[in-house]
Amino acid sequence: MTAPLLSLRGISKSYGQIHANQGIDLDVAPESIHAVLGENGAGKSTLMKLIYGVEQPDEGTIVWDGEPLNLASPAEARRKGIGMVFQHFSLFETLTVVENIRLVVPGRKADLTERIRTLGRDFGLEVDPLAPVHALSVGERQRVEIIRCLMTKPRLLILDEPTSVLPPQSVDKLFDTLRRLRDGGVSILFISHKLEEIRAICDKATILRAGRVTGHVDPREHDAHDLARLMIGRDMPEPMPAVSQSGGEKRLEIIGLDHRPEDPFAVALSGISLTVRAGEILGIAGISGNGQSELAALISGETVLPREQRDRIYMMGKDVGTLGAAARRQLGFAFVPEDRLGRGAVPEMSLVLNSLLTAHPLGLLRHGLVEKARAKAFTSECIRQYDVRTPGPDVEAGALSGGNLQKFIVGREIMLSPKLLFVAQPTWGVDVGAASAIRRRLVALRNEGMAILVISEELEELFELCDVIQVLHHGTLSPRLETRDTRPEDIGQYMIGAHTPAAPKVLA
Amino acid sequence: MNALEFILAGMLAAATPFLLAALGELVVERAGVLNLGVEGLMAFGAVLAFIVVYHGGGHLLSFVAAGLGSAVLSLVFALVALGFRANQVATGLAIGILGQGLSALFGKTYESLTVKGLPKLALPWLSEIPLAGRLFTQDIVVWLSLAATLAIWVMFAYTKVGLVVRATGENPKAAHAIGYSVTAIRFAAVAFGGTMAGFAGAYAAVVYTPLWADGMIAGRGWIAIALVVFGTWLTGRIFLGACLFGAVSLMGLAAQATGLDVPSQVLASLPYLVTIIVLGIISADRRLLKLNGIASLGEPFER
Repeated sequence: MTAPLLSLRGISKSYGQIHANQGIDLDVAPESIHAVLGENGAGKSTLMKLIYGVEQPDEGTIVWDGEPLNLASPAEARRKGIGMVFQHFSLFETLTVVENIRLVVPGRKADLTERIRTLGRDFGLEVDPLAPVHALSVGERQRVEIIRCLMTKPRLLILDEPTSVLPPQSVDKLFDTLRRLRDGGVSILFISHKLEEIRAICDKATILRAGRVTGHVDPREHDAHDLARLMIGRDMPEPMPAVSQSGGEKRLEIIGLDHRPEDPFAVALSGISLTVRAGEILGIAGISGNGQSELAALISGETVLPREQRDRIYMMGKDVGTLGAAARRQLGFAFVPEDRLGRGAVPEMSLVLNSLLTAHPLGLLRHGLVEKARAKAFTSECIRQYDVRTPGPDVEAGALSGGNLQKFIVGREIMLSPKLLFVAQPTWGVDVGAASAIRRRLVALRNEGMAILVISEELEELFELCDVIQVLHHGTLSPRLETRDTRPEDIGQYMIGAHTPAAPKVLA
Repeated sequence: MNALEFILAGMLAAATPFLLAALGELVVERAGVLNLGVEGLMAFGAVLAFIVVYHGGGHLLSFVAAGLGSAVLSLVFALVALGFRANQVATGLAIGILGQGLSALFGKTYESLTVKGLPKLALPWLSEIPLAGRLFTQDIVVWLSLAATLAIWVMFAYTKVGLVVRATGENPKAAHAIGYSVTAIRFAAVAFGGTMAGFAGAYAAVVYTPLWADGMIAGRGWIAIALVVFGTWLTGRIFLGACLFGAVSLMGLAAQATGLDVPSQVLASLPYLVTIIVLGIISADRRLLKLNGIASLGEPFER
């Protein structure tokens, strides 16, 4: 075996009581695609921050190209030839592609524009250098990030969950790019929790669990089941089979809704129509940024339609388009927003007070005053039922980890026993075990006759949960696709807008 | 001279204090910092400049002193608001009050004294055009302010420095991630803003009205801040806005000269009324604000 390009020995990093990384060993060979696999919270991101110089390890040594490496900053890492593409892009939306790149790479604008085009051709990273970033799709933005890294001629490229934002077709294209880069002499550290992807592209995999390495394997020699066991430490729970129902009453109906938000960066919605019946889970697939937040705000009542737009949104048979969020909740609607901190919960308030925000109609108030004992009992029940890991109900919501807070919010909304439940990104940042518990719970509620609407970026999740899927792309919604008769690739076609049906021909 | 000629002749000079201070605040806000102390920074610069000129130091030295003095005061703001991450609004107000207080203290013995202003330079050819020619007879500071406007426009539109400042204001976390020191850039922007506010104060005190009176800045620093929003953070619009306010502030005088029977207090309050009305109109167009607005304005930066 050739000498490794990057070699980590005994790397540890703690934040207060939390040991994010403990005694990590890792070798990345030259010209290889090396996976770092682990659940959310396993310590992958921390490890990458250490390698990229964002943070410094408490213990251990990093050897780069045969020499010890002590990085004080990302800028130093880049000078040494280490580049990183972040999960949440670090691009400037109001600047153009070439301006974004010019912030990192020295050179004249015209030369840079030309180099962006050349790199695009060579590595399958086509993007218009003069386009403003806010006008680009997520896939294009990722390409800009990769180009920006490549222009500093790195020898190691770190990609943090690069496929989490891409539709299936773009994933193949990205993989093609990565293989070309590897063949061009760049090593790649590929961070992911998606097993099939790692098997498809990586030569080596290092698996992390709870901050420790649980295995170094060749992913091509193991099936997804083996990798999953290394990753979560036990077998994956089997998905709960969905009981098919049909013909329940309409709990949510949207008819031909057009909406142009005030915010110029927001996506305009056009011709949105959907129906969710009792005993049915409807999933909305699509890459984020295609109108999900705008649609979610219209359904939740955070955005209220103007009076002229009547008869567009019905809940439990009532026209609610012009009603606010509270009025909709009174009809039996409950909502779990995608961002937990700030919309789903108030971080500075205790869990008890956060329960009160939406659960107050459940007898937690008397004559407008808070019934402390009841509120506390409700909160404790929610914590118990939904396995929220917290010292107690009086802890500030912001002190919980993302996954635990999500469990709490989902639990709180379910305990309202709504007629219509709307969950945006139900399992974002939730560990695999808890995510599957949330999904099972949703399916059970559906079987009891609740109408559920789910927005998710995770196709696997939607296929596990939903009876029907509709895909949101550029603010328009695909027709209803029965999950049973649909393959992920079909959804993928709609996700990138390749499935636009031909316009009906007009006979002359 | 009729009212129109009077306004044309004086508009640019009247606009200059607004313009200089607003250009400085533009750079500060583009970097993501909200410094509400402009009024005090101008007042402090004004008194320093007046003292220098009164004691025979000359106009050039007075501008240097005012620029340096206000820059130092603005760095106190930067230290507290950026270094210690204090609330920018509260810190800006406090520094503003401090500046006004220092101005009153230093200016006490100079109350009602006068100095000599600057001569007007007439541009050849252009100043001979009938009526509009009035625009082209101005003192050197006005001409330099116009040059500064152009320079700042070029900086934001074409140069890397401008790009870095814009990037810092839009997404400081990302700017940090790609290796720029957000705090250093913001310190520099605040110091620049302080210098410009000092120049603006100096112009008001030793060129435009070369007479010392406590409180002579009279809200012009606040209007400069409003101008930045009013111009939706675009250099060209801020220039136009400054001209508008320059013209409006002269209208009061012009109206009095024509013998219009309106109380002078009403006329003097015209610029402030216009500020409120224009801000209301601009803010109604949320798209414009969102497109050009500074995403991280006033938020302390934490890694």
